[in-house]
Amino acid sequence: MSTTEDFYAGSSETTDGKVFTVSGQDWDEIAAGLGEDGGDAQERVVVNMGPQHPSTHGVLRLILELEGETVTEARCGIGYLHTGIEKNMEYRSWVQGTTFCTRMDYLSPFFNEMTYVLGVERLLDIEDDIPEKAQVMRVLLMELNRISSHLVCIATGGMEIGALTVMTIGFRERELVLDLFELITGLRMNHAFIRPGGVAQDLPPGALDEIRGFVALMKKRLPEYAALCNANPIFKARLDGVGHLDLEGCLALGLTGPVLRSTGYPWDLRKTSPYSGYETYDFDVQTWDTSDSYGRFRVRLNEMHESLKIIEQAADRLAKMEGEPVMVADKKIAWPSQLAIGSDGMGNSLDHIRHIMGESMEALIHHFKLVTEGFRVPAGQAYVPIESPRGELGAHVVSDGGTRPFRAHFRDPSFNNLQAMGVMSEGSMIADVIVAIASIDPVMGGVDR
Amino acid sequence: MTDDNPEITAVPAETGEVRAVGERQGMFGVKGSGDTSGYGGLVAPVVYPAQAQRPYGGWFDAVADGLDPLIDAVVIHRGEITFHISAANLVAAAKLLRDDPKLRFELCAGVSGVHYPADTGRELHAVYSFLSMTFNRRIRVEVSVPDADPHLPSLCGVYPAVDWHEREAFDMYGLIFDGHPALTRILMPDDWPGHPQRKDYPLGGIAVEYKGGSIPPPDQRRSYS
Repeated sequence: MSTTEDFYAGSSETTDGKVFTVSGQDWDEIAAGLGEDGGDAQERVVVNMGPQHPSTHGVLRLILELEGETVTEARCGIGYLHTGIEKNMEYRSWVQGTTFCTRMDYLSPFFNEMTYVLGVERLLDIEDDIPEKAQVMRVLLMELNRISSHLVCIATGGMEIGALTVMTIGFRERELVLDLFELITGLRMNHAFIRPGGVAQDLPPGALDEIRGFVALMKKRLPEYAALCNANPIFKARLDGVGHLDLEGCLALGLTGPVLRSTGYPWDLRKTSPYSGYETYDFDVQTWDTSDSYGRFRVRLNEMHESLKIIEQAADRLAKMEGEPVMVADKKIAWPSQLAIGSDGMGNSLDHIRHIMGESMEALIHHFKLVTEGFRVPAGQAYVPIESPRGELGAHVVSDGGTRPFRAHFRDPSFNNLQAMGVMSEGSMIADVIVAIASIDPVMGGVDR
Repeated sequence: MTDDNPEITAVPAETGEVRAVGERQGMFGVKGSGDTSGYGGLVAPVVYPAQAQRPYGGWFDAVADGLDPLIDAVVIHRGEITFHISAANLVAAAKLLRDDPKLRFELCAGVSGVHYPADTGRELHAVYSFLSMTFNRRIRVEVSVPDADPHLPSLCGVYPAVDWHEREAFDMYGLIFDGHPALTRILMPDDWPGHPQRKDYPLGGIAVEYKGGSIPPPDQRRSYS
């Protein structure tokens, strides 16, 4: 038992055995405490890691059974970030749903919006009516988002093994992507930009130049990651062979995304069931054949290059689409109001306000009905999965014919993939647990929703 | 005005759509006020896509052939196929989906619970999404159980991937997956009362006051459905 009476780091007796709260440099006390009262000093130790542990990738709680430094059993405790987004969406209109689901997996907001919106559009039967420009903008934003998400994965993964330079340069580049998001959508995160029927706004002037500048810069910067990490002996020593999970294991546990592709299986929903016109872009599915954390790192690094290729193609297409619509032509679905930059920041477009308040009473009624009541979606259910940076992300959208989602359930890849934590880390060293989890890249906002 | 007039509530389903579950009343979300417009008296059935008849078209028939004796109903809507399967047949169907070389559904993407309070006798639905990577096919399997006896077999033994998904469906809807190795709450705290995503569980919330006005919590605002 601890010798000092520390309120925060003491020990207590429970029916399950002695409980120690450790705060560092107190291993001797624990070892001595374990042997006290005729106890067995070799007794197994169950360690609670998290939910506030900096190396667990968010508010993830790990319950590890240790023998020395070897993990004999590992379990996850999740739910610390559960915010009831799915339930809340049942009390908002179909358009407002995007505002909620964008907050789930906060590192890939556009993907959350996209899968939900695709489900709603399928139920509305307007999949073929979405303007081409909206589809290209969606692809552009998703691929930018894939880069920013993979950068955070590599950055935090690097930080967790002590490679702080990887972290600083990762977040440096991510900042550039967030700047682009801010330019295009007005927000750095939680955009609610992809809406049923299209996207919220047209591209602002100058956005394409910024995007091209970003692509050119990234083409110089991405090789820096490769130079820093790919053959770095310390980096490789920490990642090689860690968190091994082969193809059979991935399929049994439902793992998708970079983890599945690191086994050499080129499964990518952008290729196998294309949406938003992905079949018209030239890019390759990246795989690796080591089934380990290092392979997943390389897959993500290579995928960023592929995303740059798609972004370039999308930017070229957008350059030829100036002035084209970005929202479905059906005025019973398209959001009536538009935003504009005023002297005091972004707000309602004054032209639109003038139109509904001064020119057309029908326009006012129409605006009011669509904004307060919203449109109705025919009864039925749809599931349109997309390839998020972490794997198959799908929204099971159910409508009862009303103006609100009857049920929206998100099959989040982080939630599913985290199940493999035990398989990947049992029998390994405790330090490798962190690497294995970082290679799954779970985002707790998406896990807990 | 609808409550005391049983003739109006018995609205026939629209042509071709026969699975009516519950009904929708009124139009503007106003209840119990002196609505003199007449729209408040509207009653419309809530109609879900009806059962499909053979041939289903494309590869749908091949999958239906493989599962044939285990299927209760097939619904095809917006190009997606849903097999309604009874709880008793679920494990057999899942084994067939996974092992039959003509089906080869390697991946179970998960379970999503849905609560239909008006679907009397089968209020709770568990909706599975299966993916065949070999043939690039995706199907949905729907199992419905009564609220009074929310038991269905666990698919953990066939598809270990559904472990957490089933725990989530139990947590949120109270669906009991018999045979699950550890069916405990996963997102809510262990001692949480009730199953939060059921339709009879309130959303909760408090009114927000802003500049003298008071905005009620979302579940007490006007609802147009």
